Amino acid sequence: MATGHGALERPSNHRRSLGQGIVDWVADLGEMLIGWILALGDIAIFCGRTLSWLVARMPQRETLLPSMYQIGVLSLPVVALTGTFIGMVLAVQSYSQFKVVNLETRLGAVINMSLVRELGPVLAATMLAGRVGSAMAAELGTMRVTEQIDALSSMGANPIAYLVVPRFLGCLLLIPILTLMADFMGVVGGWFYSTQILGIDNHHYWDNSQKFVGAFDLFGGLCKSLFFGATIALISCHRGFHCDPGAEGVGRAAYSAFVNSFVVILMLDFILGISLDKLYFMLWPHGPSFL
Amino acid sequence: MASKPTPAIPRDDDDDRRPLVDVRGLSVQFGRQHVLRKIDLTVPRGQTLGLIGESGCGKTVLLKTIIGLVRPMHGEVLFDGANLSKLGDKELTRQRIRFGFLFQQAALFDSMNVEQNVAFPLRQHTRMTPGEIQRIVLERLDEVGLPESAMHKKPAELSGGMRKRVGLARALALDPEIMLYDEPTTGLDPIMSDVINELILRTRKRYPVTSIVVTHDMHTARKVADRVVMLFPLAHLSQKDPQIIFDAPPGKLDASGDKRVTQFVNGEAGERLMEMRDLADSRMMR
Repeated sequence: MATGHGALERPSNHRRSLGQGIVDWVADLGEMLIGWILALGDIAIFCGRTLSWLVARMPQRETLLPSMYQIGVLSLPVVALTGTFIGMVLAVQSYSQFKVVNLETRLGAVINMSLVRELGPVLAATMLAGRVGSAMAAELGTMRVTEQIDALSSMGANPIAYLVVPRFLGCLLLIPILTLMADFMGVVGGWFYSTQILGIDNHHYWDNSQKFVGAFDLFGGLCKSLFFGATIALISCHRGFHCDPGAEGVGRAAYSAFVNSFVVILMLDFILGISLDKLYFMLWPHGPSFL
Repeated sequence: MASKPTPAIPRDDDDDRRPLVDVRGLSVQFGRQHVLRKIDLTVPRGQTLGLIGESGCGKTVLLKTIIGLVRPMHGEVLFDGANLSKLGDKELTRQRIRFGFLFQQAALFDSMNVEQNVAFPLRQHTRMTPGEIQRIVLERLDEVGLPESAMHKKPAELSGGMRKRVGLARALALDPEIMLYDEPTTGLDPIMSDVINELILRTRKRYPVTSIVVTHDMHTARKVADRVVMLFPLAHLSQKDPQIIFDAPPGKLDASGDKRVTQFVNGEAGERLMEMRDLADSRMMR
């Protein structure tokens, strides 16, 4: 009898546990989706409040200038250095391919077009997200954990206006300059390696560059960088403001600020690349485009 | 000339009879965790209220809800007749500068020195000249017993007691109408704790200030408070039990018939030890 009961019970328990497992899985999925929607809503409100404070009251000079110094001046050397190496690496990687078809003098066009349209803005944004974004998230996270943000509120100073707006403005205004620096040093690096090390003719190198790289390419790159700068500031400050307690929470805020900013930068780069290309063809229907 | 912000709500004679803080049916929860449930509490003008209770019972949350840093789920907090959770940013700022808040770890701004910390509310809300601001900063530092030489130190260079005193000087910078103290003596040695207690008393004598002091230091509660309110953690209460289990002058603490109050006042673990044992046993059974 006992064996019979056991044989009857086993499939029923199995069915119940399978059913329960599916219900749990659906519940977890639902919880995760609700979490994502809440997080998106939260960051949208955060962005809205930042923009409304930006319009309502310009930040004081004593908060804006240190932010601009941190974001712009201190980032300049690292952006210049990485820009130079990226230009040289592009020359190294492309040379052998172009040499096969005897088009090595076209290297300037490829290197400079890639730098101005894509690599310059993305590189400057990546450096800014890594150097400044993580630091902003860690700093604001520490202020959250040690109740300094509460102290600001308790003294009648709005934390968004006082802490976020100067950082947002700093990123927005200075990322085009950092992008220009990355572009310029990349162009110099690519030119140096191509003409001085690989021996490509200087005149043809610049002549081809001039033919293919136009002002719209530079404008498109700088336009993208504005979106990247705003993204870095908003995501990093949001992560800092919503930091979990303790050292682990601050660490998580810092790395998630970089990872989230980087992912959004690449997604935006793709969307803006398509949009700018469409705009280009709309303005100059017969013009050349590399996209 | 100092331009002290005017109160947002016009005042008349009845306002002076109205309690400065009026908490009505206040409930606060974070996610699924209930912290405060149906709290009713009034604080008359000029009174020093001691808020005591175990760690995690919601004392700090109540303090932060009173100043509008935490939004309640239900109920309301009226400060001088104004419901802070329903005010816009501008109006909320006007009301908040009537408060002074001494945080548990002082919450001094790391990036600023002592002088800049104390001057911060003055720079934000007044049109004083740098000279006037420096004079007030020196006055406030003198009131809390800090020398002029401390002005240029960063918070990281200060001891715990000095940080608390700088925090107090900063909280008093705008002559607040109400002072909120969040565990002002926690982490300090007995002598420095008593210095802070004396400063709380001295502040009350010097300014006509209403105070709420959150503490689990019974010496502080007895010394500075006119009235003591004790909160009990919701986790140890049934649905029908009130969360405020004591509300009387500190002199009546010892005579309280409530065992929970007596245990807290005398620092006895009581049922908590039993609960720990039960928890360990249930883990063993699993």
